[in-house]
Amino acid sequence: MTAPSALRAHEVVKTYGKGDSLFTALGGVSIDIRTGESVAIIGKSGSGKSTLMHLLALLDQPTSGQIAIDGQDAAELKNKQLNALRNHKFGFVFQQFFLNGNASVLENVILPLKIAGVGRTERIRRAHQALAQVELDDKAKSKAKDLSGGQKQRVVIARALIGDPSIIFADEPTGNLDSSTGTLIENLLFDLNSKHGITLIVVTHDPDLAERCDRQIHLKDGLIVKSVTRKATV
Amino acid sequence: MKIIDIIATANSNMFRSKLRTSLTIIAIFIGAFTLTLTNGLGSGISQYIDKEVGNLGAKDVLIIQGVGESTGLPSDAVKKYNPDKKTVSLESQGNRTITVLTDQDIAKIRKIDGIKSAEPFLNAQVDYVSAGSSEKYIGSVEQYLSGANYALASGKVITNAGKTPEVLIPVTYISPLGFSDAGSAIGKTMHFGVTNGLGNQSEVSATIVGVKEKSLAGGSGLSINSNLMDLLRKTQYTGLPPDTANSYQYATARFDPTISAAALTDLKSRLTKAGYSSMTVEDQIGSFKAVINGIVMVLNGFAIIALLAASFGIINTLLMSVQERTKEIGLMKAMGMSASRIFLLFSGEAVMLGFWGSLIGSVAAIGVGSIINRIVLSTFLKDLVGLQLLAFSPASVASIIGIVMGIAFLAGSLPAIRAARQNPIDSLRYE
Ligand SMILES: Nc1ncnc2c1ncn2[C@@H]1O[C@H](COP(=O)(O)OP(=O)(O)OP(=O)(O)O)[C@@H](O)[C@H]1O
Ligand SMILES: [Mg+2]
Repeated sequence: MTAPSALRAHEVVKTYGKGDSLFTALGGVSIDIRTGESVAIIGKSGSGKSTLMHLLALLDQPTSGQIAIDGQDAAELKNKQLNALRNHKFGFVFQQFFLNGNASVLENVILPLKIAGVGRTERIRRAHQALAQVELDDKAKSKAKDLSGGQKQRVVIARALIGDPSIIFADEPTGNLDSSTGTLIENLLFDLNSKHGITLIVVTHDPDLAERCDRQIHLKDGLIVKSVTRKATV
Repeated sequence: MKIIDIIATANSNMFRSKLRTSLTIIAIFIGAFTLTLTNGLGSGISQYIDKEVGNLGAKDVLIIQGVGESTGLPSDAVKKYNPDKKTVSLESQGNRTITVLTDQDIAKIRKIDGIKSAEPFLNAQVDYVSAGSSEKYIGSVEQYLSGANYALASGKVITNAGKTPEVLIPVTYISPLGFSDAGSAIGKTMHFGVTNGLGNQSEVSATIVGVKEKSLAGGSGLSINSNLMDLLRKTQYTGLPPDTANSYQYATARFDPTISAAALTDLKSRLTKAGYSSMTVEDQIGSFKAVINGIVMVLNGFAIIALLAASFGIINTLLMSVQERTKEIGLMKAMGMSASRIFLLFSGEAVMLGFWGSLIGSVAAIGVGSIINRIVLSTFLKDLVGLQLLAFSPASVASIIGIVMGIAFLAGSLPAIRAARQNPIDSLRYE
């Protein structure tokens, strides 16, 4: 593996609360994620998976330790740079859908481009493109609340990839779906990873999904207990 | 996010909770509606007053009166007689006496620095007026002030230089005097019945030169020129001692209208020192205007109070909106939306509430105002030609909308700051 480092966590600790109620969600985690790699973060509920993902996505600051993006310490970045980074480089699939139910599917997918300040015609064109990628272009005008669970998850993925990100963070992307829909979503994500070289960081309970990743990181009580690298097949 | 997208998003967010939004807009509507109406009333009346001052035209005239013995409250104290001051007791004003002016006073006023000319304001007692074979009507005459410009229904304004007796009659006299319309009165002869000092009644005749519209300032009397005034007075004072006519309630003096306000104040204080009080036509009407302005200001105050109450509605609406959209705010922040844009998004929503509320409010006020104008001006203010009770200028309506939007922005900034400060992680974990 010679690809450059995309994200690196060094001895990252995250605690919540103070005094008696002090709780250590992450107790010193170090990982190095390479560009184009697909990484699964697995572990029991409450083991700190989402916490780690939020830290890697620069949505939160660690209590101690460092996060580096493309070799640069994230703590040194200004708010404006952080916002630009998250807007242009990252795509998010959160544990909940976070869709605006009363707005159209198209409006929901457009949001990251709207934030980026992309013009109207351009962003509509790209939204249709992203929706076509998840095979939902025919639902562009429907209200988001009228979709099925699997369709909603596909809308969320379209929203994550519309900005042409280099890293996609996905928290339980198949958590609430039946197995066949789950497989569809999985295929979508790994397609993006293999065809477009997008780095994939997936939080999951699902062993099948984890199996398909280049690397599996097992978390337990805020610590990495096992890291399994899949043998290169090519 | 582009500003245009922020505005569009703020506007559509506003309509997500339609009932809540409409209630808030109604509160703003009430404030803006009232403010537009009271403002319209103020500018309608003051425009009319300005026009009236323009009609009177006489910008170079000072009305001069002798300073009274007692200007305070009516008092029972008996005053000493002063042989140098002629006084008239005014029953209607209690025991207050005012000092009348005599020819000596007029001469004295003429000598004061800055006074170009001074004339006594003459009065005549007319028993009745009539024209042709019409019935006799009570009429009061007032001397025409050179330079005054009345709104005329027909004919032209009289001149004091005229060598023949001339009269300007109000429109209200047209049909009683037996004329079919204003035009047919022009050039006709009119008679004035006067009783002289010996108790005999006789008539003086004059030509009707013009017909004036009714107005707020001196529209009800018959305006007559100097020539007619002299004739009437000569008849009235026949048989009386010559000194009786030498008594005037006030005098009109002319000054250079181009002098500065300070110079005018100096001139007035010179008159005060000499024992006379003086007022320009504008001073007289200005005090009336000050009263109107005061009333309008109080009414505006009520409207502003209504708007303040509405602004709490805005704060409340937006706090609820921020609460409801916690997750959305978190998502937008996670996707790289800056805190300042989040602030703009929510304060923009407040400004939009203010915009729609005040737009609908002022449009409704203009609609209601023009209905009120039509009703009032066709009924009890019918005679005041040129009056528009409520006047709305695009500039004043625009500034009201601007003010309301400003208030809404201030009200919205508290919830907007709260939204901007939200931590994306907390917002994303929010249930
Ligand atoms: N803001 C917070 N304050 C206090 N404790 C927190 C906070 N956020 C997370 N935690 C705690 O940190 C621990 C890790 O949470 P996290 O969400 O990372 O779990 P997870 O591994 O993603 O679990 P799941 O699979 O159920 O999503 C949990 O015990 C949680 O209660
Ligand atoms: Mg989680």
